Amino acid sequence: MKSQRRTLNTTACLCAGLQRELLLALRSPGNTINPLMFFIIAVSLFPLGGGADTAYLSSIAPGVIWVTALLAVMLSMESLFRSDYEDGSLEQLLLSPQPLYFQLLAKVFGHWLVTGLPLVLLTPLLGLMLSLPVAGYMPLMLGLLLGTPTLNLIGAIGMALTVGLSRSGLLLAVLVLPLSIPVLVFGAGVVDAALNGLPVAGLLAVLGAILALALSLAPLAIGAALRISVN
Amino acid sequence: MWQWFYKLGSPRHFYDMTTAFLPWLYGITFFLLIVGLVWGLGFAPPDYQMGDNYRIIYIHVPSASIAIGGYVMMACMAAMHMIWKIKMADIVAKVTAPVGGMFCALCLFSGSFWGKPTWGTYWIWDARITSTLILLFIYVGVAALRSAYDSESSGAKAASVLTLVGVVNLPIIRYSVDWWNTLHQSASNLSLRVEGTNPPEIWIPAFFMGFALFGIFLLAVILRSRNEILVREKRTQWVQDLLDRDVQEGLQRA
Repeated sequence: MKSQRRTLNTTACLCAGLQRELLLALRSPGNTINPLMFFIIAVSLFPLGGGADTAYLSSIAPGVIWVTALLAVMLSMESLFRSDYEDGSLEQLLLSPQPLYFQLLAKVFGHWLVTGLPLVLLTPLLGLMLSLPVAGYMPLMLGLLLGTPTLNLIGAIGMALTVGLSRSGLLLAVLVLPLSIPVLVFGAGVVDAALNGLPVAGLLAVLGAILALALSLAPLAIGAALRISVN
Repeated sequence: MWQWFYKLGSPRHFYDMTTAFLPWLYGITFFLLIVGLVWGLGFAPPDYQMGDNYRIIYIHVPSASIAIGGYVMMACMAAMHMIWKIKMADIVAKVTAPVGGMFCALCLFSGSFWGKPTWGTYWIWDARITSTLILLFIYVGVAALRSAYDSESSGAKAASVLTLVGVVNLPIIRYSVDWWNTLHQSASNLSLRVEGTNPPEIWIPAFFMGFALFGIFLLAVILRSRNEILVREKRTQWVQDLLDRDVQEGLQRA
């Protein structure tokens, strides 16, 4: 029996999902701003806790910025599926005739645009505060640009697995942080290599490869996980 | 010919078959363990560089391979559970998580106590050590996710998805030594094919210990699976009959 429902092509499906995500972000700006505030505050705790010596700060800057970005991305994941799960639109997403893969890709990409991208744009400021040497800025931002979408995709898998549970925050951290370690290692490695005058293209290529792998496989896992959670 | 294999998919047949198989597994495992321990600790010659310290390999290397192999087994079971909805596969996957995690922890601890006399430090952030630590975290995550669900079937499916996602970590472990070349030595020649620098008096007991620890792993998985079968199938007739028979035998003995 032929379906009577209107089906969209892939591009229209991606655009519609993206549009919805951006509109939602515009209407509840807290979901965008809070991870950024967390990012700034958490980074500024390190000089307060470890001492404000310039040489010390510039030596820990890449690692601190990367780890804090990872935690900020993870904390921002809560807003990706939570409200959709509670008001039932997640079920509609799973039931709709468009391919789930592209809808989820649009959703995660939209989420990255409103949380991940501002975070990347904010890093020069934090680099300045941690007296990161000049040579480190470009590699740091390029690495975060390639790394944060991957972190978003991995976080979305964890969020999809735990969205049905009432208190999922810490469990999400336990699930997602180990899986995001390779991104962290290569991302911070890019900055270290740049500061030591080594070529960074290879490490950036690895980050890109991990992103390509996550882009192709993560939506499948997110979809499977959502089907379990919505049930 | 494949009949027995298909039968393993049924909890009841798994229980019956392992009842017959367990005494043999106990016997073989303890035989290998005793031969391996006595030979490895008592008779194998000391290493010309590390002295007696190297004897930790008899625990360290088998537990490392079981930690990784156990994860692969868990992932296969998770895939079987996802694809064919085989109940038994999920039972085995569930019980493998804590057992594999324990071998992973054993590998890290034994490695740490080997590292102190050999490298002069208990811990170093080397690639292979770090990825073993990540493997332990993933084992913990899988077990934690499953226990967070109230419903057994939802928890099983969620844990299966996470297990399969975690499989991407295994190649990173495998190739980490090549990627970040650091302090950790590459695998030494514990192989029958490569006649390496280690004399056979050292690596033959390692084989005994390898199979013995693998036997302990299998024993733990099978015993826990049998326990899990009894819990999940407690309402079925055959479990009731089994319990009744045990009670009868106990009364007769008393």
